[in-house]
Amino acid sequence: MNAVTPALPAPIGLLAELTHRCPLRCPYCSNPLELDRRSAELDTATWQRVLTEAAGLGVLHVHLSGGEPTARQDIVDITRTCAELGLYSNLITSGVAGALDKLDALYEVGLDHVQLSVQAVEAANAERIGGLKNAQPQKFAFAERVTALGLPLTLNAVIHRGNIAEVPALIDLAVRLGAKRLEVAHTQYYGWAYVNRAALMPAKADVDRSIRTVEEARERLKGQLVIDLVVPDYYAKYPKACAGGWGRRLMNVTPTGKVLPCHAAETIPGLDFWYVQDRSLSEIWAESPAFRAYRGTEWMQEPCRSCDRREKDWGGCRCQALALAGDAKATDPACSLSPLHGKVQALAIAESALETAPDYQYRTIGGAPRVALPEGAPA
Amino acid sequence: MSLTPDSVPRLPRGVRLRHDTVRNAHVLLAPERTFDLDQNAVAVLSLVDGSRSIRTIAEALGRQYEVDPGIIEPDVIVMLDGLLLKRVLETVPAA
Repeated sequence: MNAVTPALPAPIGLLAELTHRCPLRCPYCSNPLELDRRSAELDTATWQRVLTEAAGLGVLHVHLSGGEPTARQDIVDITRTCAELGLYSNLITSGVAGALDKLDALYEVGLDHVQLSVQAVEAANAERIGGLKNAQPQKFAFAERVTALGLPLTLNAVIHRGNIAEVPALIDLAVRLGAKRLEVAHTQYYGWAYVNRAALMPAKADVDRSIRTVEEARERLKGQLVIDLVVPDYYAKYPKACAGGWGRRLMNVTPTGKVLPCHAAETIPGLDFWYVQDRSLSEIWAESPAFRAYRGTEWMQEPCRSCDRREKDWGGCRCQALALAGDAKATDPACSLSPLHGKVQALAIAESALETAPDYQYRTIGGAPRVALPEGAPA
Repeated sequence: MSLTPDSVPRLPRGVRLRHDTVRNAHVLLAPERTFDLDQNAVAVLSLVDGSRSIRTIAEALGRQYEVDPGIIEPDVIVMLDGLLLKRVLETVPAA
């Protein structure tokens, strides 16, 4: 059975979370609080089969991610398979530890693009955020090699209270390192970032300033640097179409083979996720109960259900609706049409006004915080 | 920074023109994005090879579609300028 019909378009992107292992410990990591261990990771042959099925299904872009994807010994083989299948391969990396050692081989087998994370420009601040000493010089050396090879480089900077003052410097850094793209991505508060929200939430005035800085730089650097901006939900007017809409564009395969509509989907209780070990990707895309749960608009409640934006933002993010409204079918409280929007904004303003930000709860395998979630989810 | 008829465009590493067999359409694959291409864009990009100038591309299209290349050339420049700005096209430095 061909899963791709006019009613069900094929996915465009596959987020391949090859491993949860990572030398960095960023407190806003998008990985789940319960991280998968190495012993449970999919083997090379299974990943290669998944990629083959993805190409057949219509996936065009593969995001090789983690954790740190170069922590996998077989990252070069996996990348080669992408190239053989015509899949566009995007390495999402921290650039530290063994990443540089594998870069030339990745280039040789046909890697298409590198997205390198930067935590901040100022080294001490960057290494405090990432929780790893001596990371910054490794990242810069890695970036240098990427551009020397002629590979396109994107810098990704997750923005929060601890580095928002560095946005102008991050733009300069991107130019200096020869990046073609910069992602100024305000923190999205799921997973570890949700736990650390009070430590990360920036003040509204700083957010507004950062947006103006980006707009000014886009004009000034036209044709030299493309800047993508992800604005912070809590201060937004409308929510973002999470993952381009649930089950519409993206599949996410976890290190152990679980297939998710988005990387945070496991936070929603009661969803039945299928595994690549048990079924084909095409069957999972079409039939998996987790993918069907919030696909389209049928599941929506008011005010989403009759909203003329319902096929623009698809009700926003289900995980955020659950976290903040206690109901995954609710309108994402990031939306100004949600009855909870005022409370959520007030929460952000209160947290960002804390005189001293709380300490980070760093991401660690086996270290999921016992104090499950911060207070503040509106009742 | 705009292209001229003498510019020689090429797709940089990390940007690929591909026929998507599942959707039966041509797409331009680029970092973190996919450009859906109409027939005209495909006709132009199929001739972008790092050796043809824009003038040569317009002439080839003129023959192909039996139109005056002088009419096509400005449209080709506008389209490729757009891709240049998005950093998914580059020019071969003059020898």
